[in-house]
Amino acid sequence: MIRVEGLSVVYARGTPLQKHALTRVSLTIRSGEFVSVIGSNGAGKSTLLGAVAGDVTPTAGRIEIDGRDVTRWSAAHRAGLVARVFQDPLAGSCGELTIEENLALAAARGTARGLRRALTAARRNLFRERLADLGLGLEMRLGDRMALLSGGQRQALALVMATIAPCSVLLLDEHTAALDPGMAEYVIELTRRVIGEQRLTALMVTHSMRQALDCGTRTVMLHEGEVVLDVEGTERAGLTVDALVDRFRRVRGQTIDDDELLME
Amino acid sequence: MSAIAFFGALELGLVYAFVGLGVFLAFRVLDFPDLTVDGSLPLGAGVAAVAILASIDPWIATLMAAVAGSCAGLVTATLNQRFRILHLLASILTMIALFSVNLRIMGRPNVAILNQATIVTPFYDLGLQSYIVRPLFLAVLVAAGVILIGLFLTSEFGLAMRATGANPRMARAQGINTGFQVYVGMALSNALVAVAGALFAQTNGFADVTAGVGTIVIGLAAVIIGQTLFRFGGIWVALIGCVVGSIVYRVAIQFALAADFLGLKASDLNLVTAVLVALALILPRLRRGGLAA
Repeated sequence: MIRVEGLSVVYARGTPLQKHALTRVSLTIRSGEFVSVIGSNGAGKSTLLGAVAGDVTPTAGRIEIDGRDVTRWSAAHRAGLVARVFQDPLAGSCGELTIEENLALAAARGTARGLRRALTAARRNLFRERLADLGLGLEMRLGDRMALLSGGQRQALALVMATIAPCSVLLLDEHTAALDPGMAEYVIELTRRVIGEQRLTALMVTHSMRQALDCGTRTVMLHEGEVVLDVEGTERAGLTVDALVDRFRRVRGQTIDDDELLME
Repeated sequence: MSAIAFFGALELGLVYAFVGLGVFLAFRVLDFPDLTVDGSLPLGAGVAAVAILASIDPWIATLMAAVAGSCAGLVTATLNQRFRILHLLASILTMIALFSVNLRIMGRPNVAILNQATIVTPFYDLGLQSYIVRPLFLAVLVAAGVILIGLFLTSEFGLAMRATGANPRMARAQGINTGFQVYVGMALSNALVAVAGALFAQTNGFADVTAGVGTIVIGLAAVIIGQTLFRFGGIWVALIGCVVGSIVYRVAIQFALAADFLGLKASDLNLVTAVLVALALILPRLRRGGLAA
């Protein structure tokens, strides 16, 4: 469960470039909910995700994960609760390390790291099993350097890494935006499956209205740092992309000229 | 080149293998360009020499050198992590400060321990020539060092350190306290370099405050030559590469200085080193298909 209360984030406060990225946003995401977050560039989507992950320091407000106030926790401290997949396929893993080393790093997420061997036979078996699920043949390449993989393969692996250790919340930051359409489709399918199988609480930022409606159980739209739409259940099931755009216009009382928002 | 000169080069190469390993930890594992080593090498030499003169057991003296080196590393890490000073500058500050600290510790620029018992002394009784005993003994120490560092870097903690250098953002997302990793890594790196200093003092019979000049370049030379010789493989290969690189470097220097037709003098050492490191850096790039602008 994530509870965000009165969250405000101001960048470059007190300078001419001051920007209100989020303004008193309150949002409660129940356990097992899969929320897609949409909005145009600069709407505050990534800031919201960053604040939950601990990368962005809020100017005001509080953030709770599973009933614990994590507002002042560092990103590393939150890692026991929060798993993440980044937009940039290169950001989520170490290219210089091997596939199995990356997985071992992820398998120890949120635990104290001692002098035990990072790679054991038991772990390698677990990795092979999880990689075989992907159907990409990566289970045969445990010792390959991560840098040898394609962007799509790295994102698929990032998903495995995010879910190989227990987490309370999975954060996906436009994690298919950098992939070609075929691979993006594959990663989205995988995302759905993993979240469904493990009944994860997930927050997914996306640029695509279609993806936002196709995935998850609830859709939140941000605009200029505020929540302008929050739909779930039957109301959401009946929504089409056109209707969503329409709703957005009505809420804001303005026309949308951001092409990216209308994509797909 | 005579056999004695060869074994001398081998011996020096093995001593500086510890510098290579230390520099590997800072530069390659943590991605922290650390010039502190120019100060922590003579620091280790000085601490060990003074301790041995004070009749402290040479093994404990060597350990004291390691502790002193790790403190130097911690100072640099603190300047960088706590006070946000650029890593290169932070390490230069520590290096400069260490010059004065070393003079204080030694009391004078040069301390001789020629007639003192060192960690090598017991092994001279084996019946071998002393110029063979020293590299043999050092080889065992270096092998132990490589094994310990290798085990460390393949442990959960060591893997976290490698992630810290390779992708700090990812490391934090995996719950790794990257700041702490830098402290530990820098302490370890400089401890290794100080041990090299302590070994240098004990195998050569003196500690000199100026012995550290260019340590970083020699360490880098070892790392880069090793990397050029062993281009593939995991962390173990890279560690062995540091050792081999350090030895190859010393032997190559010895050859260059011994070759009369080159007309080089001992004082040309630094120039030869710089050219060698530059070549080692340029060659892989040439091989990859020309120098792109």
